[in-house]
Amino acid sequence: MPPRKIVLRFPPQVVDKPLIYHLVKDYELMVNVLKANVNPYKEGFMVMELVGEPDKYEQGLNFLKEQGIRIDYLSEDIVRNIDRCTHCGACTSICPSGALYVSRPSMEVIFEDEKCVVCGVCLKTCPVKAIEVNFNGKQ
Amino acid sequence: MGVKRTYAEINEKIKSGKVVVVTAEEIIKMVEEKSVEEVAKEVDVVTTGTFGPMCSSGAFFNFGHSKPRIKMHRVWMNGVPAYTGVAAVDAYLGVNELPEYDPLNSNHPGEFRYGGGHVIEDLVAGKTIKFEATGYGTDCYPRRKIDTYISLNDVNEAFLFNPRNAYQNYNVAVNLSNKTIYTYMGTLKANLGNAHYCSAGQLSPLLNDPYYKTIGIGTRIFLGGGVGYVAWNGTQHSPCGARGENGVPLGGAGTLAVTGDLKQMKPQWLRGTSFLGYGATLTVGVGVPIPILNEEMLRFTAVKDEDIFATIVDYSYDYPNATGKTLGSVSYAQLKAGTVELNGKEIPTAPLSSYIKAREIAETLKKWILEGDFLLGEPVLTLPSADSGITLKGLQEKQAP
Repeated sequence: MPPRKIVLRFPPQVVDKPLIYHLVKDYELMVNVLKANVNPYKEGFMVMELVGEPDKYEQGLNFLKEQGIRIDYLSEDIVRNIDRCTHCGACTSICPSGALYVSRPSMEVIFEDEKCVVCGVCLKTCPVKAIEVNFNGKQ
Repeated sequence: MGVKRTYAEINEKIKSGKVVVVTAEEIIKMVEEKSVEEVAKEVDVVTTGTFGPMCSSGAFFNFGHSKPRIKMHRVWMNGVPAYTGVAAVDAYLGVNELPEYDPLNSNHPGEFRYGGGHVIEDLVAGKTIKFEATGYGTDCYPRRKIDTYISLNDVNEAFLFNPRNAYQNYNVAVNLSNKTIYTYMGTLKANLGNAHYCSAGQLSPLLNDPYYKTIGIGTRIFLGGGVGYVAWNGTQHSPCGARGENGVPLGGAGTLAVTGDLKQMKPQWLRGTSFLGYGATLTVGVGVPIPILNEEMLRFTAVKDEDIFATIVDYSYDYPNATGKTLGSVSYAQLKAGTVELNGKEIPTAPLSSYIKAREIAETLKKWILEGDFLLGEPVLTLPSADSGITLKGLQEKQAP
Protein backbone atom coordinates (compact mmCIF):
# COMPACT_ATOMS: atom_id res chain seq x y z
CA MET A 1 0.00 0.00 0.00
CA PRO A 2 1.20 3.55 -0.62
CA PRO A 3 2.67 5.52 2.29
CA ARG A 4 0.13 7.58 4.21
CA LYS A 5 0.89 10.65 6.24
CA ILE A 6 -0.59 10.64 9.68
CA VAL A 7 -0.61 13.02 12.63
CA LEU A 8 -0.12 11.55 16.10
CA ARG A 9 -0.99 13.42 19.28
CA PHE A 10 0.55 11.88 22.41
CA PRO A 11 -0.84 12.47 25.90
CA PRO A 12 1.81 13.44 28.52
CA GLN A 13 1.87 10.00 30.17
CA VAL A 14 3.21 8.18 27.07
CA VAL A 15 5.45 10.85 25.61
CA ASP A 16 8.55 9.18 27.05
CA LYS A 17 7.75 5.69 25.73
CA PRO A 18 9.55 4.24 22.66
CA LEU A 19 6.34 3.65 20.71
CA ILE A 20 7.80 4.16 17.27
CA TYR A 21 10.29 1.38 18.02
CA HIS A 22 7.34 -0.97 18.52
CA LEU A 23 5.80 0.07 15.21
CA VAL A 24 8.98 -0.98 13.45
CA LYS A 25 9.85 -4.05 15.53
CA ASP A 26 6.46 -5.59 16.23
CA TYR A 27 4.48 -4.53 13.16
CA GLU A 28 7.26 -4.24 10.55
CA LEU A 29 6.16 -0.77 9.50
CA MET A 30 8.40 1.73 7.76
CA VAL A 31 8.40 5.07 9.48
CA ASN A 32 9.50 8.43 8.16
CA VAL A 33 9.14 11.17 10.78
CA LEU A 34 8.45 14.51 9.10
CA LYS A 35 7.93 16.65 12.14
CA ALA A 36 7.89 16.13 15.90
CA ASN A 37 7.72 18.24 19.00
CA VAL A 38 6.75 18.14 22.67
CA ASN A 39 4.94 21.15 24.11
CA PRO A 40 5.44 22.60 27.63
CA TYR A 41 2.52 20.47 28.86
CA LYS A 42 4.53 17.41 27.79
CA GLU A 43 2.05 16.57 25.03
CA GLY A 44 3.67 15.20 21.91
CA PHE A 45 2.88 15.95 18.29
CA MET A 46 4.29 13.98 15.40
CA VAL A 47 3.74 13.93 11.68
CA MET A 48 4.98 10.85 9.89
CA GLU A 49 4.74 8.77 6.80
CA LEU A 50 3.80 5.18 7.51
CA VAL A 51 3.93 2.22 5.15
CA GLY A 52 3.60 -1.55 5.58
CA GLU A 53 1.41 -4.64 5.09
CA PRO A 54 -2.27 -3.61 5.30
CA ASP A 55 -3.15 -5.88 8.26
CA LYS A 56 0.04 -5.04 10.15
CA TYR A 57 -0.63 -1.37 9.39
CA GLU A 58 -4.06 -1.59 11.00
CA GLN A 59 -2.67 -3.52 13.99
CA GLY A 60 0.05 -0.90 14.40
CA LEU A 61 -2.47 1.92 14.41
CA ASN A 62 -4.62 0.00 16.91
CA PHE A 63 -1.59 -0.43 19.14
CA LEU A 64 -1.03 3.34 19.08
CA LYS A 65 -4.68 4.01 19.86
CA GLU A 66 -4.51 1.63 22.83
CA GLN A 67 -1.72 3.78 24.19
CA GLY A 68 -4.09 6.79 24.15
CA ILE A 69 -2.65 8.38 21.02
CA ARG A 70 -5.00 10.33 18.76
CA ILE A 71 -4.47 9.65 15.08
CA ASP A 72 -5.54 11.95 12.24
CA TYR A 73 -4.89 11.64 8.55
CA LEU A 74 -2.79 14.53 7.46
CA SER A 75 -4.67 15.71 4.39
CA GLU A 76 -7.62 16.51 6.60
CA ASP A 77 -5.69 18.99 8.63
CA ILE A 78 -4.63 21.98 6.50
CA VAL A 79 -7.15 23.37 4.05
CA ARG A 80 -7.06 26.29 1.68
CA ASN A 81 -10.13 28.49 1.59
CA ILE A 82 -10.30 28.96 -2.16
CA ASP A 83 -12.70 31.90 -1.84
CA ARG A 84 -10.25 33.83 0.30
CA CYS A 85 -7.07 32.88 -1.60
CA THR A 86 -6.01 35.69 -3.94
CA HIS A 87 -3.28 33.61 -5.63
CA CYS A 88 -0.74 36.23 -4.62
CA GLY A 89 1.97 33.60 -4.15
CA ALA A 90 3.49 34.85 -0.87
CA CYS A 91 3.22 31.34 0.64
CA THR A 92 4.96 29.54 -2.19
CA SER A 93 8.58 30.33 -1.38
CA ILE A 94 7.96 29.65 2.32
CA CYS A 95 6.25 26.25 2.08
CA PRO A 96 9.08 23.76 2.84
CA SER A 97 7.47 20.71 1.22
CA GLY A 98 6.42 22.22 -2.09
CA ALA A 99 2.73 21.61 -1.36
CA LEU A 100 1.98 25.24 -2.18
CA TYR A 101 3.39 26.34 -5.51
CA VAL A 102 2.77 28.62 -8.45
CA SER A 103 1.63 26.87 -11.60
CA ARG A 104 3.28 28.42 -14.64
CA PRO A 105 2.49 30.14 -16.93
CA SER A 106 -1.01 30.66 -15.46
CA MET A 107 0.50 31.98 -12.17
CA GLU A 108 -2.25 30.23 -10.22
CA VAL A 109 -1.35 29.10 -6.69
CA ILE A 110 -1.89 25.36 -6.26
CA PHE A 111 -2.21 23.48 -2.96
CA GLU A 112 -1.35 19.79 -3.23
CA ASP A 113 -2.38 18.42 0.09
CA GLU A 114 -0.60 15.06 -0.41
CA LYS A 115 2.69 16.95 -0.18
CA CYS A 116 1.66 18.93 2.92
CA VAL A 117 3.54 18.10 6.15
CA VAL A 118 1.34 20.35 8.33
CA CYS A 119 4.24 22.44 9.53
CA GLY A 120 1.83 25.38 9.75
CA VAL A 121 4.22 28.01 8.36
CA CYS A 122 1.65 29.03 5.73
CA LEU A 123 -0.98 29.73 8.39
CA LYS A 124 0.89 32.79 9.60
CA THR A 125 2.51 33.69 6.30
CA CYS A 126 -0.67 33.87 4.21
CA PRO A 127 -1.43 37.61 4.00
CA VAL A 128 -5.20 37.11 3.60
CA LYS A 129 -5.52 34.14 5.99
CA ALA A 130 -6.77 31.80 3.31
CA ILE A 131 -5.07 28.79 4.91
CA GLU A 132 -7.07 27.19 7.68
CA VAL A 133 -6.59 24.32 10.09
CA ASN A 134 -9.28 21.73 10.21
CA PHE A 135 -9.33 20.52 13.83
CA ASN A 136 -12.06 18.00 13.09
CA GLY A 137 -9.84 15.70 11.13
CA LYS A 138 -11.49 12.31 10.93
CA GLN A 139 -9.93 9.44 12.82
CA MET B 1 1.86 60.16 -39.38
CA GLY B 2 -0.18 57.19 -38.24
CA VAL B 3 -3.44 57.00 -36.38
CA LYS B 4 -4.70 59.79 -34.09
CA ARG B 5 -7.64 59.55 -31.70
CA THR B 6 -9.20 61.85 -29.12
CA TYR B 7 -10.91 60.90 -25.86
CA ALA B 8 -14.18 62.24 -27.30
CA GLU B 9 -13.91 60.02 -30.38
CA ILE B 10 -13.19 56.94 -28.25
CA ASN B 11 -16.11 57.74 -25.94
CA GLU B 12 -18.43 58.08 -28.96
CA LYS B 13 -17.32 54.62 -30.07
CA ILE B 14 -17.97 53.26 -26.55
CA LYS B 15 -21.50 54.72 -26.60
CA SER B 16 -22.25 53.34 -30.06
CA GLY B 17 -20.84 49.92 -29.15
CA LYS B 18 -18.12 50.06 -31.81
CA VAL B 19 -15.13 50.38 -29.51
CA VAL B 20 -12.29 47.84 -29.72
CA VAL B 21 -10.81 47.02 -26.32
CA VAL B 22 -8.09 44.48 -25.47
CA THR B 23 -6.09 43.80 -22.32
CA ALA B 24 -2.42 44.67 -21.87
CA GLU B 25 -1.69 40.95 -22.19
CA GLU B 26 -3.70 40.47 -25.41
CA ILE B 27 -2.08 43.49 -27.08
CA ILE B 28 1.35 41.82 -26.81
CA LYS B 29 0.25 38.90 -28.99
CA MET B 30 -1.46 41.23 -31.48
CA VAL B 31 1.71 43.27 -31.97
CA GLU B 32 3.71 40.06 -32.44
CA GLU B 33 1.35 39.01 -35.24
CA LYS B 34 0.77 42.35 -36.96
CA SER B 35 2.62 45.64 -37.20
CA VAL B 36 2.27 48.40 -34.62
CA GLU B 37 0.68 50.60 -37.31
CA GLU B 38 -1.99 48.04 -38.13
CA VAL B 39 -2.84 47.26 -34.48
CA ALA B 40 -2.94 50.98 -33.60
CA LYS B 41 -5.58 51.49 -36.31
CA GLU B 42 -7.63 48.63 -34.90
CA VAL B 43 -7.49 49.06 -31.11
CA ASP B 44 -9.02 52.01 -29.22
CA VAL B 45 -8.33 51.09 -25.60
CA VAL B 46 -5.94 48.78 -23.71
CA THR B 47 -6.95 47.78 -20.18
CA THR B 48 -4.50 47.10 -17.34
CA GLY B 49 -4.82 45.72 -13.84
CA THR B 50 -2.99 45.09 -10.59
CA PHE B 51 -4.01 43.42 -7.32
CA GLY B 52 -1.47 43.79 -4.56
CA PRO B 53 -1.01 45.03 -1.02
CA MET B 54 -1.11 48.85 -1.11
CA CYS B 55 -0.26 50.22 2.31
CA SER B 56 -1.01 53.86 1.65
CA SER B 57 -4.77 53.40 1.51
CA GLY B 58 -7.75 54.29 3.64
CA ALA B 59 -11.24 55.75 3.65
CA PHE B 60 -13.00 58.93 4.72
CA PHE B 61 -16.31 58.60 6.54
CA ASN B 62 -19.09 60.89 7.67
CA PHE B 63 -20.98 58.98 10.35
CA GLY B 64 -23.95 61.38 10.67
CA HIS B 65 -24.95 63.32 13.80
CA SER B 66 -26.35 61.70 16.93
CA LYS B 67 -28.92 63.24 19.28
CA PRO B 68 -27.55 65.03 21.23
CA ARG B 69 -24.56 65.85 19.06
CA ILE B 70 -20.98 64.76 19.73
CA LYS B 71 -17.71 66.18 18.39
CA MET B 72 -15.83 62.94 17.93
CA HIS B 73 -12.39 63.31 19.49
CA ARG B 74 -11.59 59.60 19.36
CA VAL B 75 -13.24 56.99 17.14
CA TRP B 76 -12.89 53.20 17.03
CA MET B 77 -14.30 51.04 14.26
CA ASN B 78 -14.35 47.38 15.35
CA GLY B 79 -11.69 48.45 17.86
CA VAL B 80 -9.44 50.05 15.22
CA PRO B 81 -8.83 53.79 15.80
CA ALA B 82 -9.68 56.25 13.02
CA TYR B 83 -8.20 59.73 12.63
CA THR B 84 -10.61 62.42 13.83
CA GLY B 85 -8.63 65.61 13.33
CA VAL B 86 -11.25 66.65 10.76
CA ALA B 87 -14.82 67.93 11.34
CA ALA B 88 -17.06 66.68 14.18
CA VAL B 89 -18.39 63.45 12.69
CA ASP B 90 -15.83 62.91 9.92
CA ALA B 91 -12.90 60.52 10.22
CA TYR B 92 -10.22 58.81 8.15
CA LEU B 93 -9.49 55.15 8.68
CA GLY B 94 -6.02 54.12 7.51
CA VAL B 95 -5.53 50.51 6.45
CA ASN B 96 -2.34 50.09 8.52
CA GLU B 97 -4.07 51.14 11.75
CA LEU B 98 -4.24 48.53 14.52
CA PRO B 99 -6.35 48.10 17.63
CA GLU B 100 -4.73 49.40 20.83
CA TYR B 101 -4.84 45.89 22.28
CA ASP B 102 -2.85 44.36 19.40
CA PRO B 103 0.34 42.82 20.81
CA LEU B 104 2.23 44.29 17.79
CA ASN B 105 5.72 42.80 17.62
CA SER B 106 6.01 42.17 21.39
CA ASN B 107 5.96 38.45 20.61
CA HIS B 108 7.99 38.66 17.41
CA PRO B 109 6.92 38.10 14.70
CA GLY B 110 3.50 39.60 15.42
CA GLU B 111 0.55 38.39 13.38
CA PHE B 112 -1.42 41.66 12.93
CA ARG B 113 -4.57 39.73 12.18
CA TYR B 114 -7.00 42.66 12.15
CA GLY B 115 -6.43 46.28 11.15
CA GLY B 116 -7.98 49.15 9.24
CA GLY B 117 -7.89 47.23 5.96
CA HIS B 118 -9.91 44.42 7.51
CA VAL B 119 -12.50 46.93 8.78
CA ILE B 120 -12.86 48.29 5.23
CA GLU B 121 -13.23 44.77 3.81
CA ASP B 122 -15.88 43.94 6.45
CA LEU B 123 -17.85 47.12 5.70
CA VAL B 124 -17.73 46.55 1.94
CA ALA B 125 -18.87 42.95 2.55
CA GLY B 126 -22.01 44.42 4.12
CA LYS B 127 -21.09 43.51 7.70
CA THR B 128 -22.17 45.53 10.71
CA ILE B 129 -19.26 46.78 12.80
CA LYS B 130 -18.96 48.13 16.34
CA PHE B 131 -18.62 51.90 16.45
CA GLU B 132 -17.37 53.80 19.49
CA ALA B 133 -16.60 57.50 19.84
CA THR B 134 -15.67 59.80 22.68
CA GLY B 135 -15.74 63.60 22.83
CA TYR B 136 -14.64 66.20 25.38
CA GLY B 137 -17.96 68.09 25.28
CA THR B 138 -18.55 71.57 23.90
CA ASP B 139 -21.53 73.90 24.09
CA CYS B 140 -22.57 72.90 20.57
CA TYR B 141 -21.51 69.24 20.88
CA PRO B 142 -22.30 68.28 24.50
CA ARG B 143 -22.23 64.50 24.23
CA ARG B 144 -19.10 62.70 25.47
CA LYS B 145 -19.57 59.10 24.44
CA ILE B 146 -21.46 56.98 21.95
CA ASP B 147 -21.42 53.19 21.46
CA THR B 148 -23.35 51.77 18.56
CA TYR B 149 -23.20 49.55 15.49
CA ILE B 150 -22.93 50.76 11.91
CA SER B 151 -22.88 49.36 8.40
CA LEU B 152 -21.94 51.02 5.14
CA ASN B 153 -25.62 51.83 4.52
CA ASP B 154 -25.84 53.81 7.77
CA VAL B 155 -23.11 56.34 7.05
CA ASN B 156 -23.57 59.40 4.85
CA GLU B 157 -20.34 59.17 2.93
CA ALA B 158 -17.67 56.53 2.74
CA PHE B 159 -15.06 57.02 0.08
CA LEU B 160 -11.77 55.34 -0.39
CA PHE B 161 -8.92 57.79 -0.62
CA ASN B 162 -5.61 56.05 -1.18
CA PRO B 163 -2.64 58.41 -1.14
CA ARG B 164 -0.29 55.96 -2.87
CA ASN B 165 -1.38 53.04 -5.05
CA ALA B 166 -0.31 51.23 -8.19
CA TYR B 167 3.44 51.72 -7.78
CA GLN B 168 5.16 51.84 -11.14
CA ASN B 169 7.61 48.98 -10.67
CA TYR B 170 9.06 47.90 -7.33
CA ASN B 171 12.05 46.32 -5.59
CA VAL B 172 12.77 42.62 -5.55
CA ALA B 173 13.39 41.81 -1.89
CA VAL B 174 16.04 39.35 -0.70
CA ASN B 175 17.73 38.59 2.62
CA LEU B 176 21.53 38.42 2.77
CA SER B 177 21.65 37.82 6.55
CA ASN B 178 21.75 34.44 8.26
CA LYS B 179 18.34 34.64 9.92
CA THR B 180 14.75 34.82 8.63
CA ILE B 181 13.37 38.35 8.44
CA TYR B 182 9.74 39.49 8.41
CA THR B 183 9.10 42.44 6.15
CA TYR B 184 6.37 44.23 4.21
CA MET B 185 7.74 42.19 1.30
CA GLY B 186 6.79 39.00 3.14
CA THR B 187 8.90 36.45 5.01
CA LEU B 188 12.41 36.44 3.58
CA LYS B 189 14.50 33.38 4.29
CA ALA B 190 18.15 33.61 5.36
CA ASN B 191 21.11 33.52 2.98
CA LEU B 192 19.16 34.42 -0.17
CA GLY B 193 16.58 31.71 0.55
CA ASN B 194 13.94 33.42 -1.59
CA ALA B 195 13.24 36.56 -3.60
CA HIS B 196 9.89 38.36 -3.40
CA TYR B 197 8.56 40.80 -5.98
CA CYS B 198 5.37 42.82 -6.13
CA SER B 199 4.14 44.01 -9.51
CA ALA B 200 1.84 42.72 -12.22
CA GLY B 201 4.62 43.54 -14.71
CA GLN B 202 3.25 43.72 -18.24
CA LEU B 203 -0.33 44.11 -16.92
CA SER B 204 0.49 46.84 -14.39
CA PRO B 205 -1.15 50.24 -15.10
CA LEU B 206 1.81 52.63 -14.92
CA LEU B 207 4.16 50.23 -16.72
CA ASN B 208 1.86 50.50 -19.74
CA ASP B 209 1.94 54.30 -19.82
CA PRO B 210 5.43 54.90 -18.50
CA TYR B 211 5.42 58.70 -18.99
CA TYR B 212 1.79 59.17 -17.77
CA LYS B 213 0.77 60.63 -21.12
CA THR B 214 -2.85 59.55 -20.63
CA ILE B 215 -3.09 59.14 -16.86
CA GLY B 216 -3.84 62.17 -14.70
CA ILE B 217 -6.34 63.90 -12.51
CA GLY B 218 -9.80 62.71 -13.48
CA THR B 219 -8.78 59.47 -15.18
CA ARG B 220 -11.66 57.04 -14.57
CA ILE B 221 -10.43 53.67 -13.27
CA PHE B 222 -11.42 50.31 -11.81
CA LEU B 223 -10.96 50.67 -8.07
CA GLY B 224 -11.81 47.98 -5.53
CA GLY B 225 -14.34 46.37 -7.85
CA GLY B 226 -16.15 49.66 -8.52
CA VAL B 227 -15.48 52.86 -10.40
CA GLY B 228 -12.89 55.28 -9.07
CA TYR B 229 -10.78 58.18 -10.21
CA VAL B 230 -7.18 59.31 -10.16
CA ALA B 231 -7.16 62.24 -7.74
CA TRP B 232 -3.54 63.34 -7.85
CA ASN B 233 -0.12 61.87 -8.25
CA GLY B 234 0.54 59.48 -5.39
CA THR B 235 2.90 60.23 -2.52
CA GLN B 236 6.57 59.46 -3.26
CA HIS B 237 5.79 59.95 -6.97
CA SER B 238 9.29 59.91 -8.41
CA PRO B 239 9.23 60.06 -12.21
CA CYS B 240 12.82 61.19 -12.84
CA GLY B 241 14.76 58.02 -11.97
CA ALA B 242 16.59 55.80 -14.44
CA ARG B 243 14.53 54.38 -17.31
CA GLY B 244 15.18 51.78 -19.96
CA GLU B 245 15.22 52.51 -23.67
CA ASN B 246 11.50 51.70 -23.77
CA GLY B 247 10.84 54.44 -21.20
CA VAL B 248 10.00 51.97 -18.43
CA PRO B 249 11.50 52.91 -15.04
CA LEU B 250 14.13 50.48 -13.73
CA GLY B 251 12.88 50.81 -10.15
CA GLY B 252 9.98 52.23 -8.13
CA ALA B 253 8.87 55.48 -9.83
CA GLY B 254 5.39 56.91 -10.43
CA THR B 255 2.42 56.38 -8.09
CA LEU B 256 -1.28 57.25 -8.08
CA ALA B 257 -3.54 58.82 -5.46
CA VAL B 258 -6.97 57.35 -6.15
CA THR B 259 -10.47 57.80 -4.80
CA GLY B 260 -13.94 56.32 -5.22
CA ASP B 261 -17.23 55.64 -3.47
CA LEU B 262 -16.74 52.68 -1.11
CA LYS B 263 -20.46 51.86 -1.27
CA GLN B 264 -20.18 50.49 -4.82
CA MET B 265 -16.99 48.49 -4.27
CA LYS B 266 -16.67 44.74 -3.71
CA PRO B 267 -14.96 42.85 -0.89
CA GLN B 268 -13.10 40.48 -3.22
CA TRP B 269 -11.19 43.49 -4.58
CA LEU B 270 -10.46 45.13 -1.20
CA ARG B 271 -8.92 42.48 1.01
CA GLY B 272 -7.74 43.00 4.55
CA THR B 273 -4.16 41.76 4.60
CA SER B 274 -1.60 40.86 7.29
CA PHE B 275 2.16 40.66 6.97
CA LEU B 276 3.78 38.54 9.64
CA GLY B 277 6.10 40.66 11.79
CA TYR B 278 5.23 43.81 9.87
CA GLY B 279 1.61 44.90 10.11
CA ALA B 280 -1.85 45.06 8.58
CA THR B 281 -2.71 46.54 5.22
CA LEU B 282 -5.17 46.29 2.34
CA THR B 283 -4.84 44.44 -0.96
CA VAL B 284 -6.40 46.75 -3.54
CA GLY B 285 -7.56 46.06 -7.08
CA VAL B 286 -6.73 48.88 -9.50
CA GLY B 287 -7.23 48.89 -13.26
CA VAL B 288 -6.57 51.77 -15.62
CA PRO B 289 -7.81 52.00 -19.23
CA ILE B 290 -5.23 53.39 -21.62
CA PRO B 291 -6.55 55.16 -24.72
CA ILE B 292 -4.60 54.44 -27.87
CA LEU B 293 -4.36 58.10 -28.90
CA ASN B 294 -1.53 57.31 -31.32
CA GLU B 295 1.04 54.68 -32.28
CA GLU B 296 3.34 55.74 -29.47
CA MET B 297 0.71 54.76 -26.86
CA LEU B 298 0.25 51.43 -28.57
CA ARG B 299 3.98 50.78 -28.43
CA PHE B 300 3.95 51.57 -24.69
CA THR B 301 1.04 49.22 -23.97
CA ALA B 302 2.70 46.37 -25.89
CA VAL B 303 5.51 46.23 -23.29
CA LYS B 304 6.41 42.66 -22.24
CA ASP B 305 7.71 41.12 -19.01
CA GLU B 306 11.05 40.50 -20.78
CA ASP B 307 11.49 44.25 -21.21
CA ILE B 308 10.56 45.34 -17.67
CA PHE B 309 13.36 45.21 -15.11
CA ALA B 310 13.26 45.41 -11.32
CA THR B 311 16.05 46.12 -8.86
CA ILE B 312 17.12 43.54 -6.27
CA VAL B 313 17.52 44.96 -2.77
CA ASP B 314 18.73 43.36 0.47
CA TYR B 315 16.08 43.84 3.18
CA SER B 316 18.26 42.64 6.06
CA TYR B 317 20.66 45.59 6.00
CA ASP B 318 20.57 47.81 2.90
CA TYR B 319 16.86 48.63 2.96
CA PRO B 320 16.49 49.28 6.72
CA ASN B 321 19.63 51.42 6.77
CA ALA B 322 18.77 53.23 3.54
CA THR B 323 22.22 52.59 2.11
CA GLY B 324 20.92 52.90 -1.43
CA LYS B 325 22.89 49.80 -2.41
CA THR B 326 21.33 47.46 -4.95
CA LEU B 327 22.34 43.91 -5.86
CA GLY B 328 21.40 43.81 -9.51
CA SER B 329 18.47 43.77 -11.82
CA VAL B 330 16.14 41.09 -13.20
CA SER B 331 13.28 41.07 -15.68
CA TYR B 332 9.72 40.15 -14.74
CA ALA B 333 9.97 37.30 -17.23
CA GLN B 334 12.81 35.84 -15.11
CA LEU B 335 10.94 36.54 -11.87
CA LYS B 336 7.79 34.85 -13.15
CA ALA B 337 9.78 31.84 -14.38
CA GLY B 338 10.36 30.92 -10.73
CA THR B 339 14.07 31.37 -10.03
CA VAL B 340 16.68 34.10 -10.38
CA GLU B 341 20.42 33.84 -10.05
CA LEU B 342 22.33 36.03 -7.62
CA ASN B 343 25.86 35.59 -6.23
CA GLY B 344 26.02 32.29 -8.11
CA LYS B 345 22.96 30.96 -6.31
CA GLU B 346 19.60 29.94 -7.78
CA ILE B 347 16.98 31.71 -5.71
CA PRO B 348 13.30 30.72 -5.80
CA THR B 349 11.04 33.70 -6.49
CA ALA B 350 7.52 34.39 -5.27
CA PRO B 351 5.13 37.23 -6.03
CA LEU B 352 3.08 39.21 -3.51
CA SER B 353 0.88 40.69 -6.23
CA SER B 354 -1.63 38.32 -7.80
CA TYR B 355 -1.08 38.06 -11.54
CA ILE B 356 -4.26 36.06 -12.20
CA LYS B 357 -6.34 38.65 -10.32
CA ALA B 358 -4.60 41.44 -12.25
CA ARG B 359 -5.69 39.69 -15.45
CA GLU B 360 -9.25 39.39 -14.09
CA ILE B 361 -9.29 43.16 -13.38
CA ALA B 362 -8.08 44.00 -16.91
CA GLU B 363 -10.76 41.62 -18.30
CA THR B 364 -13.48 43.16 -16.12
CA LEU B 365 -12.56 46.69 -17.16
CA LYS B 366 -12.57 45.58 -20.80
CA LYS B 367 -16.07 44.15 -20.33
CA TRP B 368 -17.34 47.36 -18.69
CA ILE B 369 -16.05 49.45 -21.59
CA LEU B 370 -17.43 47.06 -24.24
CA GLU B 371 -20.84 47.14 -22.54
CA GLY B 372 -20.87 50.92 -22.83
CA ASP B 373 -21.08 51.49 -19.07
CA PHE B 374 -17.65 52.94 -18.61
CA LEU B 375 -16.49 56.05 -20.48
CA LEU B 376 -12.91 57.23 -20.44
CA GLY B 377 -12.14 60.24 -18.26
CA GLU B 378 -9.89 62.74 -19.97
CA PRO B 379 -7.38 63.98 -17.40
CA VAL B 380 -7.69 67.68 -16.59
CA LEU B 381 -3.99 67.59 -15.77
CA THR B 382 -1.52 64.77 -16.43
CA LEU B 383 0.90 63.70 -13.72
CA PRO B 384 4.40 65.16 -13.37
CA SER B 385 6.63 63.14 -15.70
CA ALA B 386 10.31 62.51 -16.39
CA ASP B 387 10.88 66.18 -17.24
CA SER B 388 9.42 67.50 -13.94
CA GLY B 389 12.73 67.61 -12.06
CA ILE B 390 11.15 65.94 -9.01
CA THR B 391 13.66 64.33 -6.65
CA LEU B 392 12.73 62.18 -3.68
CA LYS B 393 13.84 63.81 -0.42
CA GLY B 394 14.96 61.97 2.70
CA LEU B 395 14.18 63.21 6.20
CA GLN B 396 17.05 65.17 7.70
CA GLU B 397 17.62 65.46 11.46
CA LYS B 398 18.21 69.13 12.21
CA GLN B 399 18.83 71.41 15.18
CA ALA B 400 16.07 73.89 16.09
CA PRO B 401 16.38 76.89 13.76
